[in-house]
Amino acid sequence: MSPSDYLYLGRPTGPIYLRVRAKGLWVGMLLALAALMLAGLALGAGALELSHAQVWQALLGEGPARLGAVVREWRLPRVVMALVVGGALGMSGAIFQSLIRNPLGSPDVIGFNTGAYTGALVTIILLQGSYFEIATGALVGGLAAALLVYLLAYRRGIQGFRLIIVGIAISAMLAAFNTWLMISASLESAMTAALWGAGSLNGITWDKALPSALFSLVAMVLTLLLGRRMALLEMGDDSASALGVPAERTRLQLMSLGVVLTAAATAAAGPISFIALAAPQIAQRLSRSHGTALLCAFWVGALLLLLADYCAQHLFAPRQLPVGIVTVSIGGLYLVWLLFRQSRLASS
Amino acid sequence: MTPARLSLAQPVPDEATPYHTEPATVRLRGQHLRLGYGDRVICPQLDVRIPDGSFTVIVGPNGCGKSTLLRSLCRLITPQAGQVYLDGKQIRDYPARTVAQQLGLLPQSATAPDGISVLDLVSRGRYPHQSLLRQWSPQDEIAVQTAMQATGVADLAGRAVDELSGGQRQRVWVAMALAQETPLLLLDEPTTYLDIAHQIELLELFRHLNRHNGRTLIAVLHDLNHACRYATHLIAMREGRIVAEGAPGKVVTADMVQQVFGLPCLVMADPVSHTPMVIPRGKVHMA
Ligand SMILES: Nc1ncnc2c1ncn2[C@@H]1O[C@H](COP(=O)(O)OP(=O)(O)OP(=O)(O)O)[C@@H](O)[C@H]1O
Ligand SMILES: [Mg+2]
Repeated sequence: MSPSDYLYLGRPTGPIYLRVRAKGLWVGMLLALAALMLAGLALGAGALELSHAQVWQALLGEGPARLGAVVREWRLPRVVMALVVGGALGMSGAIFQSLIRNPLGSPDVIGFNTGAYTGALVTIILLQGSYFEIATGALVGGLAAALLVYLLAYRRGIQGFRLIIVGIAISAMLAAFNTWLMISASLESAMTAALWGAGSLNGITWDKALPSALFSLVAMVLTLLLGRRMALLEMGDDSASALGVPAERTRLQLMSLGVVLTAAATAAAGPISFIALAAPQIAQRLSRSHGTALLCAFWVGALLLLLADYCAQHLFAPRQLPVGIVTVSIGGLYLVWLLFRQSRLASS
Repeated sequence: MTPARLSLAQPVPDEATPYHTEPATVRLRGQHLRLGYGDRVICPQLDVRIPDGSFTVIVGPNGCGKSTLLRSLCRLITPQAGQVYLDGKQIRDYPARTVAQQLGLLPQSATAPDGISVLDLVSRGRYPHQSLLRQWSPQDEIAVQTAMQATGVADLAGRAVDELSGGQRQRVWVAMALAQETPLLLLDEPTTYLDIAHQIELLELFRHLNRHNGRTLIAVLHDLNHACRYATHLIAMREGRIVAEGAPGKVVTADMVQQVFGLPCLVMADPVSHTPMVIPRGKVHMA
């Protein structure tokens, strides 16, 4: 790596002057391109096969009204939400892995997903809630669990390891409670709950997607603004503070944004595992540069979830799988590979 | 705000504590500090003044509170009582960024993010001078290059920090602190891990920064002879208290070393620098 590996944007004396690692930027752009191409493919695929030209026409509002409805009202929200939810999960994974300084860090560490499941179960089983009520229940449950873990782990500041331990303990307790809820539920409720728990983008519409997408986008912009501080925090609190980054406050802000991103994703699609875990790692391996980490994690997450959802829809067509099952399966393989590699590294 | 030269002229009126050298201006000082972690008190009562333009060196046994004092001076820890003042104003009242433009720190232990390159790490020292839209500037470029040249890590620019030797890594961290270009610089054991030649080279660099760039340096050193040779102001600590303070030629005596470190020794003039030189007798001979 040499200075020529940097790209300079703006003018040295102008109001805007940025320096970024060229490789990170290129990787980010290639990932974005790949995701958009896959999105185009996904819009054309299904029981009603459409050509690229037809998809394009439908997106522009031309061509037959029936095709327009299929593309714009059915397929587009699903593809957009796959990108947004995947990207949100990728970014929130990047946040947690950076804060905890561990490749196994993810929003799960602070108990969010288990808490969200508890919230959803309570709404489904005890209150027989609707789609929006289930989403709200999941949000409340997830946020409550995350807050509880944070408060229990707080002792003159937050420390990664303590967070993990407390997170595991709370998650285990909640998981036991979830099992008990499932056992005591009626068969029908239990089916609904299990379906929600698998994580799925089936039947998503603009109405259901919009609130979650808006929340995600706002949180993403805020996260990107905090990106440089996040990178500095990785050097330890002392170094970061000495450079003018208020460590504890920044950590709390980042953690809140990570939780909001996960919450928005979970509200839209239920708990989807693996993306938050793998996306930042893959992004890091591809770009090998700091500073574009968040952006690359976003695009890897978006690409992964879109790909997984594509497989979930078309692999066993006409039968549709919940996308969460696809990500769990790939995630299992990924975890095995990660552990294998780490143990090999440790023994070499 | 300009770092004034060390002057022995008039004493500061508002302090009653006697000092060997009474500087005209003191930008950084701590008053009635009680420092500790949680319930544990490390320094029960401490008054410290860093003379402007000085190369202040803090010495003392392991665990006596040197790092704790340093960390309180750049507000990494909040004093349980008392205050740290920067330019007469409580340091906690400044925005974090303003402090970071005035006060740099080389922590005793810092972690480099996985796989980060030397150039990227040193560049991070410029953060307090940058903003969201102006994340880089020609001054940043100059400061980073100068700092890397001065610490001899320019050739390592493209290497990953976690693949360097301990001494190379230490010099990279020093380069980052130098790139921050602060008038006041706190260094916690900057010479650990370095071979003797690099230790001297770095201390000479600090002396140069101190004398010719007017920077005020505050360093923790374990080598008393280095401290005597390079410090213009020495602070000796023991169990959270300042035991002796002043020009090394005045304060370093066999009694002082015995009192601070419990080490019997001989103090004679360093034949090269004519500053005090401490030669341990070793406890065996005293039994
Ligand atoms: N984060 C912490 N929490 C609790 N106690 C601490 C913490 N950091 C340091 N201490 C305690 O404070 C005391 C002073 O520590 P400090 O790091 O200031 O010593 P030091 O003089 O820098 O020692 P050394 O020469 O070994 O670096 C020690 O007894 C240490 O155990
Ligand atoms: Mg120390």
